[in-house]
Amino acid sequence: MSDKKKKNNNNRFVLEFEKPLLELYEKLDGLKEVSSEGKMDMGEEIRLLEKRIETVKRDIYTKLTPIQTVQVARHMQRPTTLDYISHIFEDYIELHGDRNFSDDPALVSGIAKLNGRSVVVLGQQKGKTTKENIARNFGMANPEGYRKALRVMRIAERYEKPIISFIDTPGAYPGIGAEERGQAEAIAKNLREMAELTVPFIAVVTGEGGSGGALGIGMGNRVLILEFAIYSVISPEGCASILFRDAKRANDAANAMKITAKDLLKLDVVDEIVKEPVGGAHNDAKQAASFIKSAVIKNLEPLLSLSHRELIADRYNKFRKMGIFVEE
Amino acid sequence: MSIHAWFKRKKKAKEAAYVRERLDIPGNLWVKCYKCSEAIFASDLETNLKVCPKCGYHFKLTAGERIKQLVDNNSFKEIDANIRSTDFLNFNDSKSYAKRIEATILKSHLKDAIVIGPAKIDGVNCALAVMDFSFMGGSVGSVVGEKVARLIELAVEKKCPAIIFSASGGMRMQEGIMSLMQMAKTSAALGRLRENGLPYISVCTDPTTGGTSASFAMLGDINIAEPGALICFAGPRVIEQTIRQKLPPGFQRSEYLLEHGMVDMVCERKKLKATLGTILKWFNER
Ligand SMILES: [Zn+2]
Repeated sequence: MSDKKKKNNNNRFVLEFEKPLLELYEKLDGLKEVSSEGKMDMGEEIRLLEKRIETVKRDIYTKLTPIQTVQVARHMQRPTTLDYISHIFEDYIELHGDRNFSDDPALVSGIAKLNGRSVVVLGQQKGKTTKENIARNFGMANPEGYRKALRVMRIAERYEKPIISFIDTPGAYPGIGAEERGQAEAIAKNLREMAELTVPFIAVVTGEGGSGGALGIGMGNRVLILEFAIYSVISPEGCASILFRDAKRANDAANAMKITAKDLLKLDVVDEIVKEPVGGAHNDAKQAASFIKSAVIKNLEPLLSLSHRELIADRYNKFRKMGIFVEE
Repeated sequence: MSIHAWFKRKKKAKEAAYVRERLDIPGNLWVKCYKCSEAIFASDLETNLKVCPKCGYHFKLTAGERIKQLVDNNSFKEIDANIRSTDFLNFNDSKSYAKRIEATILKSHLKDAIVIGPAKIDGVNCALAVMDFSFMGGSVGSVVGEKVARLIELAVEKKCPAIIFSASGGMRMQEGIMSLMQMAKTSAALGRLRENGLPYISVCTDPTTGGTSASFAMLGDINIAEPGALICFAGPRVIEQTIRQKLPPGFQRSEYLLEHGMVDMVCERKKLKATLGTILKWFNER
């Protein structure tokens, strides 16, 4: 119900809470049509309407509830890891396979240049169409995806290159093969090994930060998050069906779990929120990518001068202090 | 109500809600095995380390029972017993997390789902952590994560092996993202232990699932599983819902993990102490 998407005639995906925009879009299309027919000059009206749309959009997006943020984070047209890679890096060459079992298309990795600097990049890859999503397993990696990630991280370490990871997954894939091949072991091992990497590591949560599957490539010295991305121990739907005994109470679960960028910053689980273009990253992938690029470069800079030992200590201390409890 | 009707009802309740198999119900002299339905005299079950004498089904143990069965006489000294969970998100489902913690502490006589401290097994010093499924399903929140980390730090300090007994349904959702971060924290600590050249033995008991298996439970130099334990990342129900097909028999049980190379051995409870002792001595001696 709440995640029902309406598609209007101009191929725009409009989320339920974006409905006020629908009417304005239709009006805009009408004006453009009249204008293009050359009967009347509608330039001024179009400009004003576009400005109005911008304002309404901004207004809607400053007031998103957690469950609405989830919908934006999962938006079909939200830029994917490969979109960001193509906008942010130069000379990207994809590296495939875990050298054990197979190549996991749900997790991409490669070598690239960031502002002229050699880096290793990786991240979960979702599709934008059903067909793409099936090919990418909806961004849910199997153990071989996590093992590939570790393999390229080790390349980064061996040749002293920083690592940048992009997190966007509903979670690690829950399947028979995944269990057979040790999904738990693959993630656990990544966690232990990531803690000990001797190179700078920046993780960016760009869409859905789904539980262990997200954390499995997420132990950066700095963890950044896009304004409308989420990061959560379980999906709101999963939490609702287990704790609230009703999958339809995802809204309550989303509120309770504190999964938005602002909440995560308050909890010190992320270090910085990266602004998104007005109306979310899907409105302007290039702009979103440029915001990410600046933030990554800024956060990478101070890490470049740290020694191996300092980088490990920096990461260890960051995660060691996470947790809230009472000691009597 | 006849004792059989009672057992029937209890079995149903178990199937429905996956409740814990508790044996210390006052006046409950007979216990019916969950697997073979054999009626067992409670004290016989106790002397048999809570393993069904007929079919070998391993009942769940509390942390206290486990420690008593395992360590040399009175050698376990609990540390950091005074760390408690707090409802920092003001999490409220059918009950507030604050109330849930309070009620569980009263009922279980535990402060949280894990007990840690130095111990001796077969005369060898080790740092021992034992989880307790009866405390909110052994879920891992900030307290369990912190105690696992401290236990590992104790092992580093004392230059001794670490042993962790997992019994956990995964991360504690009432602590939101902070519970997920405990996976990072505990795994990082295990990296340190390894850097220090110290062994880690993980014992997976029923159940060891979700984030627990995807962090400290799968990272042992040696992974041991108790027979028949559910050990997995994604639970069977989640997988069935995702792939919409029936799962093979024995899927995600200890023996299945052994077959697929995820654990070093499946060890019966009655051989566990001796096995751990032998392993600890191997690490300790030339
Ligand atoms: Zn039996």
